[in-house]
Amino acid sequence: MSVIYILLSISIIVAIIFFVAFIYAVRRGQFDDSYTPSVRMLFEDELVKEKPETKTNKTN
Amino acid sequence: MGNVLCFHCGDDCNSSEIKFDEKSFCCNGCKTVYEIFSENDLTCYYDLQSSPGAVPKEIEGKYDFLEKENIIEKLTEFNDGKTQIATLYIPHIHCSSCIWILENLNKLNPGISSSQVNFGKKNVRVTYNSETTSLKEVVLLLSGIGYEPYISLEDFKGGKEHINRSLIYKVGIAGFAFGNVMFLSFPEYFEVGEFWLEQYKHFFRWVMFAFSLPVVFYSGRHYFTSAYKGLRANVLNIDVPIALGIAVLFIRSTVEIIFDLGSGFFDSLTGLVFFLLLGKFFQQKTYASLSFERDYKSYFPIAVTKISAEEGETPIQVYDIKKGDRLLIRNEELIPVDGILINGRAKIDYSFVTGESETVTKESGDKLFAGGKQTSGVIEMEALKSVEQSYLTQLWSNDVFSKNKEDSFTTLTNQISKRFTIAVLTIAIVATTYWLFADPSKAMNVFTAVLIIACPCAIALSAPFTLGNMLRIFGRLKFYVKNASVVEQLAAINTIIFDKTGTITSNAKSTATYEGEELTTSEKVLLKNTLRGSNHPLSRSLYEILDANNIITLNHFEEHVGKGIEASHENNKIKIGSASFVGSNESSVLNTTVHISTNNNYKGKYTFYNSYRKGLSNLFNRLKKQYDLVILSGDNEGELENLKKLLPSKTKLIFNQKPDDKLEYIKYHQTEGAKVLMVGDGLNDAGALAQSNVGIAISENVNVFSPACDAILDASKLTQLNNYIKAAKGAIKIIKWSFALSFFYNVIGLYFAVTGQLAPVIAAILMPLSSISIVVFTTVATNLLGRKLNTLK
Repeated sequence: MSVIYILLSISIIVAIIFFVAFIYAVRRGQFDDSYTPSVRMLFEDELVKEKPETKTNKTN
Repeated sequence: MGNVLCFHCGDDCNSSEIKFDEKSFCCNGCKTVYEIFSENDLTCYYDLQSSPGAVPKEIEGKYDFLEKENIIEKLTEFNDGKTQIATLYIPHIHCSSCIWILENLNKLNPGISSSQVNFGKKNVRVTYNSETTSLKEVVLLLSGIGYEPYISLEDFKGGKEHINRSLIYKVGIAGFAFGNVMFLSFPEYFEVGEFWLEQYKHFFRWVMFAFSLPVVFYSGRHYFTSAYKGLRANVLNIDVPIALGIAVLFIRSTVEIIFDLGSGFFDSLTGLVFFLLLGKFFQQKTYASLSFERDYKSYFPIAVTKISAEEGETPIQVYDIKKGDRLLIRNEELIPVDGILINGRAKIDYSFVTGESETVTKESGDKLFAGGKQTSGVIEMEALKSVEQSYLTQLWSNDVFSKNKEDSFTTLTNQISKRFTIAVLTIAIVATTYWLFADPSKAMNVFTAVLIIACPCAIALSAPFTLGNMLRIFGRLKFYVKNASVVEQLAAINTIIFDKTGTITSNAKSTATYEGEELTTSEKVLLKNTLRGSNHPLSRSLYEILDANNIITLNHFEEHVGKGIEASHENNKIKIGSASFVGSNESSVLNTTVHISTNNNYKGKYTFYNSYRKGLSNLFNRLKKQYDLVILSGDNEGELENLKKLLPSKTKLIFNQKPDDKLEYIKYHQTEGAKVLMVGDGLNDAGALAQSNVGIAISENVNVFSPACDAILDASKLTQLNNYIKAAKGAIKIIKWSFALSFFYNVIGLYFAVTGQLAPVIAAILMPLSSISIVVFTTVATNLLGRKLNTLK
């Protein structure tokens, strides 16, 4: 068998792996909310921090 | 003095400032929330955003119904007796602090294992252990920190909401196949008779064939079903030529590779479906936190408190309320059914129903209508009807609510596609007939080539991209449109009907004018101070309107319910209230008035007028040239003279309209050919909004509830209405221009097809070129339109 068949099947398998990953991500709901994760990733360490801060006017 | 702002909620602290931990708070509620947070080391809530909180509301026994097993069952999406998962809608979610605190709920209640916020939908998904805590405790915790969830009858349908993600899958599959097929067909584009290519091209072609299968049979499936449905209804919609194009592309390509006639058009086929679906995807602009499909269910509570002799106070599901049941309605609770007031003083806010914010006072024995909200203290009532049979909810049994407006509207694209399809079929047949005589071997080739190249990809993309972009532009300008076809319908309207209360009048403020004998300074002081002690809504509004005065201590103050107030200071006595109470014989039924007498001498009266939104008269004058204008009001004619002065003379003014009357009025005019735009706000307009061609709901705060409609317009932007309509018309013009552009591409393509020279390469170049240039053209043109709209502010 020619090497081209092996190469082609490998390339298609790799493509399909990514495709399955995409379907899996959609199914898990990762595309449902595209805003909250972008904020959430900026938190994390805040819990231990003490709060030395000054009061400002309402900004929202 | 003055401007000390609350550390928690950002409101003005006024005189009631509370100092705690060197911070100022406006009330005990805010202070308590701060205490909870600081005890649990959660104060960086205030670092992320300053003053992010909301004042926690009194809730008493409001959530007792959450102890009922069958209600918990409906509200939770997962429940195995130990772990429960519930998604709660919280309107207050508005900033990153909110996300942070709500995702750290487990620090406040160890029974909660995790919570996840969806900011766009404004909900939080809480997972908790039902052995150590309960849904009620979670809700009480949320309410206690100012994030009161909104639980309505609509949540009662239970189960997990099914999210339709099929379009994402379809686009994903088409894009995946398109990319791979592109790579596989590259060698043949540059075919130079190379040995290796010759040897493997069959294999490559069959791999392309395999990739195109899911594209045709899954991604492109709905084009076939839609075309079939269209044909059955005798409509040549745009999906007919598209389905024809896809089918011919697939069949011809397959035949070509089977008989080794050529490489087929798999690249064009997958590309076509991919671009078409991309257009659909782009058009699907949704506002996750807004809903355009609301009916009374989203306003109504799940359960209320029932009083019975045997069981005392028990929560009861509102669908279970029967005639004759005694119900207890607490402060801030909604009346779920029509009934009679038995006990207590009712002050009902019917703003959900009518848009009127002034509360109505009811005495025991008076009839109460479903949809009103009790605003002072606890009342007891007896149900007269069940939920579905109440005056307000009956409106939803009208069949306009089950009709789908989109179906009855022929879009511009479908209008064009009819002629287009006929033209393409004619050309294909004529060209084939010619080739049958000239060179029969090419006839079939030409026939399929015409259908392939004429596949109206560019036409099908024009409207989605133009309207999808327009939707986004409108959204930025606080005009939230449900879907693309609404923009098209908006461009076609010729009659505009406005509701009065809450739509063209502003909710909050009303103005009052004084007629009668001038009041002396001391009388004015007395008047203002007397009003200060009263809680009657009219007293409150009049108090706000009058100039500030010194605060004096009254010697005597007495409020006569339903009549007025009596007060005295030093030697002056004052009476404020209804005409009969102060001793005037005048009777005025149409306008709201407050009469005043001092020391038993009648002085005069304050007459309240609605305060109309600023720029209203301008808006009407700009609209009157092109549209028929009508005001349909549920109120009496008290404002007739005022409106006549304000609005252009040809505006029709119709009063005393019940919700059903409004609906019938619109229906009648539609049969006479009117394309109606209805602008309203309350639930009583819901029928009219559904019946009209385009129903726009006006909202002071778009996150608060609005009735089912086609578009939601921020109240501050009402005066821009004419510009929005103009922009919608501009969008239609853009679509027409891009149709012209795509016809131009089609003519070029048809030249190749008819002369029998259509090679796969030409199709592969022409198809994306036309699609992409259409997308660029419509995007640029709509953005220019949007910029013009922006500068008009």
